[in-house]
Amino acid sequence: MNRLKTGAALVALIAAFAAPLSAQAHRAWILPSTTSLSGTEGWVGFDAGISNGVFDADHAAMRLDNLRATAPDGSNVPLEHTMQGQWRSTFDVHLTQPGTYRVGSVSQTANATWTLNGTPGRWRGPAADLAANIPSGATDVVSAVNSNRLETFVTLGEPTTTVFQPTGQGIELVPTTHPSELAVGEAATFQLLKDGAPLAGADVTIARGGLKYRDAPEEITAKTGADGKFSVTWPEAGMYWINTVNRPGGAPQREGGEGPRPEGPRPEGPRPEGAPAAGGEGRGPGGPGGGRMAGPPTPSAAYTAVVEVFP
Amino acid sequence: MRLLPAAALAVTAASAVAAPAMAADLTVTIEVPRLPVAAYHRPYVAVWIENPADQAAVRTLAVWYEQVKPDNEGQTWLKDLRTWWRKGGRAMRMPADGVSGATRAPGRQTITIPAARLSGVAAGQYNLVVEAAREQGGREVVRVPFRWGAPNTGRVAGTSELGAVSVAVSR
Repeated sequence: MNRLKTGAALVALIAAFAAPLSAQAHRAWILPSTTSLSGTEGWVGFDAGISNGVFDADHAAMRLDNLRATAPDGSNVPLEHTMQGQWRSTFDVHLTQPGTYRVGSVSQTANATWTLNGTPGRWRGPAADLAANIPSGATDVVSAVNSNRLETFVTLGEPTTTVFQPTGQGIELVPTTHPSELAVGEAATFQLLKDGAPLAGADVTIARGGLKYRDAPEEITAKTGADGKFSVTWPEAGMYWINTVNRPGGAPQREGGEGPRPEGPRPEGPRPEGAPAAGGEGRGPGGPGGGRMAGPPTPSAAYTAVVEVFP
Repeated sequence: MRLLPAAALAVTAASAVAAPAMAADLTVTIEVPRLPVAAYHRPYVAVWIENPADQAAVRTLAVWYEQVKPDNEGQTWLKDLRTWWRKGGRAMRMPADGVSGATRAPGRQTITIPAARLSGVAAGQYNLVVEAAREQGGREVVRVPFRWGAPNTGRVAGTSELGAVSVAVSR
């Protein structure tokens, strides 16, 4: 591989991993080694990846830059022993105060495609940089802004609810049933807010890990009511992945937290192994040839939580 | 303390007399089976009373865990008593006077709860719950229905981590 191609591959890699939820047709997850701890302090190890089967590290590692661990008192806790591997990243969090911690990321990513002088172009990156990266004179501009929230919760001692204070940004989870209170055979109720208001009529996918060791995905789907609430009765103990994607304007929903990915050329150069597959999936509406002028970005929002259900 | 009026004294005396009539000790016998495994560790065990309707914990009676480790390290595994931990264990401060104790060896173990310690428990139907969790082993929960407020007994046999569990309410 020559130097130029290596450079191009690196650019592609950086672009692909600009957000934790990069390979967004796949399923992103942060998997804690345990969610419930006793004693006066403790450690939790986390794996974070983007994969086909939930929690099966089979596709790409998650970048850790945007991940934060928040203690019950609202302070930031450092991620320790961080490592980004080929298939999944790992890190540890040291719990030193009783209560519920939140570990996750909040990101706003954008993508755009356009035609400039007959040549199609595309860009993906932080939402704040969107306008600056669409060349002047570009036509057929199609852009989207995606708000993604990805999180999991771990509790030392008694559960607390301070980390669930809504911020009013993106999709957020408000527990009626605390995520550290989940047990097989019991019903749990959660509320989803979008930008602070109840998210009604949202389709929620609830998938249990361990698909490698059984034939049926056994996924559960739920729909939020007018109050944004949905309920699930846990059929089995295990780690569960909860996901919803909200895309106003009637575009089809697609799980995983992905924004529209218009057709267009991909960055050239060999794709490094382990980087998210760029083509063949997640093709969204739009694309060159429509002769449209630039409109406002299509907004979408996604939410993913990982919870543990005890026997 | 000020002198109480005679009427109050009479009431106090009456309740003092009535209380022993209600009083009943609770005796729990737990068989910890001897298991033929290579690495045997004594189980952590929690014993509590729950409301049979909603399985809410009413009172924790005993918790056996590894108390002698430095820095309360033994508390790390209290969470493995998963049912007890979620239903009330995590709200307790360990070690707890009269409740927590060291793990116990295989054999028949008996604990007696004096009536005074259960004075706040209303008469009625309850479950006595025993949960055992063993390092590198399994976990088992056994529920024994019993009635608080009158003499009676109950007995249920565990199948793996617990042997027979029996409850006797005396007097």
